Amino acid sequence: MTAPNHRWRKFKNAVVQTLTFACAILVISPLLLVFYHLVKLGFSSVNLAFFTQLPRPVGEAGGGMANAIVGTFILLGQAALFGVPVGVLGGVFLSEYGSSRLNWWIRFAADVLNGVPSITWGIVVWTLLVVPMHSFSALAGGVVLGMMMIPLVMRTTEEVLQLVPGGYREAALALGIAQWRTIAQIVVRTALKGIITGVLLALARVAGETAPLLFTALGNLGWAHKLNEPIAAMPLQIFIYAISPYDDWHRQAWAGAFVLLVLVLAVNIGVRFLTRDRFGERI
Amino acid sequence: MPPTTDQTPGATLENKSAGAPAMTVRRLSVSFDGNQVLKNASLDIAARAVTAIIGPSGCGKSTFLRALNRMHELNPQARVEGEIRLFGEDIYARNVEPVVVRRRIGMVFQKSNPFPTMSIVENVTVGLRLNGVRNRRLLAERTEQSLRMAALWDEVKDRLHAPAISLSGGQQQRLCIARALAVQPEVVLMDEPASALDPLATARIEDLILELKKDYTIVIVTHNMQQAARMSDYTAFFYLGELVEFGPTAKIFTSPSQRRTEDYVTGRFG
Repeated sequence: MTAPNHRWRKFKNAVVQTLTFACAILVISPLLLVFYHLVKLGFSSVNLAFFTQLPRPVGEAGGGMANAIVGTFILLGQAALFGVPVGVLGGVFLSEYGSSRLNWWIRFAADVLNGVPSITWGIVVWTLLVVPMHSFSALAGGVVLGMMMIPLVMRTTEEVLQLVPGGYREAALALGIAQWRTIAQIVVRTALKGIITGVLLALARVAGETAPLLFTALGNLGWAHKLNEPIAAMPLQIFIYAISPYDDWHRQAWAGAFVLLVLVLAVNIGVRFLTRDRFGERI
Repeated sequence: MPPTTDQTPGATLENKSAGAPAMTVRRLSVSFDGNQVLKNASLDIAARAVTAIIGPSGCGKSTFLRALNRMHELNPQARVEGEIRLFGEDIYARNVEPVVVRRRIGMVFQKSNPFPTMSIVENVTVGLRLNGVRNRRLLAERTEQSLRMAALWDEVKDRLHAPAISLSGGQQQRLCIARALAVQPEVVLMDEPASALDPLATARIEDLILELKKDYTIVIVTHNMQQAARMSDYTAFFYLGELVEFGPTAKIFTSPSQRRTEDYVTGRFG
């Protein structure tokens, strides 16, 4: 039963298998390296003061990033407030209503926007908000992150809605349920886990953005009290500390990067936990 | 092949005892993107009876069925011409909402499609709830009544809040029938409702359909000619988008007037 070239075929199979495995390892190795490095250098610098105190001037030991941590959450909150409704509704339009021709253009625009360098977003919002308001502001920071989220959320929403089998839409419409209700209560509900995952991944992505915030939120060594004032954010603080010549500040930068990474990871893991299927069959 | 006219042979009901037809279809044509799939079909659908639609794949059976409750409107490429009346009302009239038509003419699909995010009871009541019914007593009543009619009540009454997708394939299809019945439609369209089920589950669905016929007008598309012969009162045979013959089932299966019908029902082609 053995074909004459059986061994040669087995050999080829083994080669391909090894090669693909090596590439898979190559993909995850940067993650492991970054994680290892951050834990090694960052974890030791994280302490209670890091979460509760403001930055201290050079030379003074201790201090923390409390303002930047809170600032990042405020910026992300604004971004979500602004970016999620627009992104999700846009995705619903693409998946459920749009004509194929219009959709082609919207998708094309969204994909181009996804590829726009983040600093460009910063300059756009700087022109639109910072210049007219004569001030860098938390608001501008939130808007720029929100704008960056829109195309991401829109495309992932569209994709997960497209995964909902057409049979469910037909079944709902055949019950005499109006189309908007069908979309809201059947289609979106079926794909809710995917939509939430897309939103949180988009949030996690913009959470680490630095360049657009340089033009908008600017950074702040103290607390921001109003949305029209510059506000601190973790990536900005990390950036400032990392390019400084001081060891103390470098340690703070490592700690900041570590905390940011843990945050993003926590979001990812939290999503999976919170949106665990009620019945185990959602998309 | 003779040209199809308004009056397809046997297009109107011969059995007057059935009373006024529930639906009348006249000169119905459906095309997709200019490609005509259904040509000029006219027939009457008897009230409180089972009308079976038979024919080989691609003959326009499903297309015909879906025209009856305006499901083609979901497809922007579909064009429907002709006239369909439900108890005398033109369902394609300009001022008639497709949503209202579909509430009166329910549908059960080939592939059972209970909503995966909902429990059994939620699936049954979804049509009512999403049309604004809040009355808990009414919802509970309708749930039991619909599940009983679908012959599913005894199997699920102790686990109404279990996920719908935990049911077996045959149960899921009966749940879909219960869901369609819960909004109390006047006509129920069934698109090969048993073709994905095993013989036992198929038999249950067939019994159920015979039971339902006492209260409902049923139009069923089927591939299975024995099924059509067993269950239906009237049979329409479609071939290549044309309604070839329509009449009482006994006549279609024993003494069809068209050669093509005879060839098909005796298994000579199809």
